[in-house]
Amino acid sequence: MSSTVAPARSKILLVDDDQDYLEVYWEILKRLPSGPEVHTASTGARALALLESETFNLLIVDLNMPKMDGLQVIAIARRKYPQLKIVVWTCIADEQFRARAYGMGVDQYWQKPGSEQDRQHLVDSVESLLQREVQGGFRGVQSKSLVDLIQLECLSQNSTTLKIANGALNGRIWIQSGELIDAEAEDLRGEAAFRAILGWKAGSFELQPGDEMRPRAIFSSYQALLLEVAQAMDEAGGAENSEVLHMSDESASPLMVLSRFNGVQFILSVGPRPQCEMKSWGLETPDHISEWTQESLKSFSAMGDHLQAGPLQQVTGMSLTSHVALAESVKGDLCVGFRSTLRSDEVRETMRNILAKWAS
Amino acid sequence: MGIMKTLFKRKGGGRLAKLHSGAFALDRSGKIVVSTLPQSFPESEMRAIGERVLAFFDGAQRAQVPLQEVNVYYPSLKVTARNLRGGALIFLLPQTLPKN
Repeated sequence: MSSTVAPARSKILLVDDDQDYLEVYWEILKRLPSGPEVHTASTGARALALLESETFNLLIVDLNMPKMDGLQVIAIARRKYPQLKIVVWTCIADEQFRARAYGMGVDQYWQKPGSEQDRQHLVDSVESLLQREVQGGFRGVQSKSLVDLIQLECLSQNSTTLKIANGALNGRIWIQSGELIDAEAEDLRGEAAFRAILGWKAGSFELQPGDEMRPRAIFSSYQALLLEVAQAMDEAGGAENSEVLHMSDESASPLMVLSRFNGVQFILSVGPRPQCEMKSWGLETPDHISEWTQESLKSFSAMGDHLQAGPLQQVTGMSLTSHVALAESVKGDLCVGFRSTLRSDEVRETMRNILAKWAS
Repeated sequence: MGIMKTLFKRKGGGRLAKLHSGAFALDRSGKIVVSTLPQSFPESEMRAIGERVLAFFDGAQRAQVPLQEVNVYYPSLKVTARNLRGGALIFLLPQTLPKN
């Protein structure tokens, strides 16, 4: 006699202030092949209360709601439930809201369907998101190069979205039926973003469902792009590059390693609470800067939450004598001083690379 | 065809606010002197942003790293401010997803 345990049903929370929409899509979603449990909420506050009381796999949320809008719900849900998948369904076509939603870490952003075909794409995408949660299979830890991952997905003719994180840096690569169609990383898009992501030395990845609605921005084949990136890396490997660090001295402290970035004059790190352990390099009196760093990051982080602009990425301060950059990281707050000869965009880019190194 | 209408209808209303693009200046006391932001952008919001910016510049001065300019980066917004001898000129620049 064998006993089997039925896999737990996925739970979806659908949030919209339009009652008609809730009723219709409740019916549609509960008929998905995976047979999820579908719950609904007509306000952001109710949605957060439900998320608090039960464990959900997927949150589908409208943006335009009275009292508490969807971005507020997303900001809170993303912080409290990092494993929760979040999909935005909205009538709003404005690109600014798409940017803000993705900036807050949503998994997909859909405009509410205008046709039966759109509706089917959307529903298929939801099912695909749920299937990836439920499917078993083997999980393990293994280092793989991005090149290997991309080749695997393309050769298998898959449609997938590769979400890649490298410390503070985030990027996505879209693959549709085995073809590279788009990439995004910070301010870059298309082939430029693809090259930037392939230049990252390490990080983590997550496979998400493909996005059929994603417009194509990459027209070169994946083989050609990978070859081009490999050739560029070979050429750059022999050249002196002040942004590539070499741990020739294994006893160098982490801050000393960061000090080798171009233009760095001082570094201060303040560890996470409650210890708030402070370390510095190149500073004689770090206490005043430490307090200012923590207060400023806390203040601007709160401002970003209030304006629904997404999490604070970094703060750069410029003067005629020296520049500074401040950022939060998982290891605590970081303040880096730079020579005044650097331009503002150089300070920002260098700080990004420092954060990636710091997080690795 | 009621269900089709429901499936594909659009709705308006709601309180979702767009991030505005524009600039405003404030004096050292935090009073708004001039602004190019639309009237729909509350003055209280401008003052709140301004207070944080002024506090940042003041704090930098006390920490002995006096600064003339600050850039605050979020995924969908960049805030740039210039120190005007105690006051500030602040620019709000919404960012959208990069195009090709």
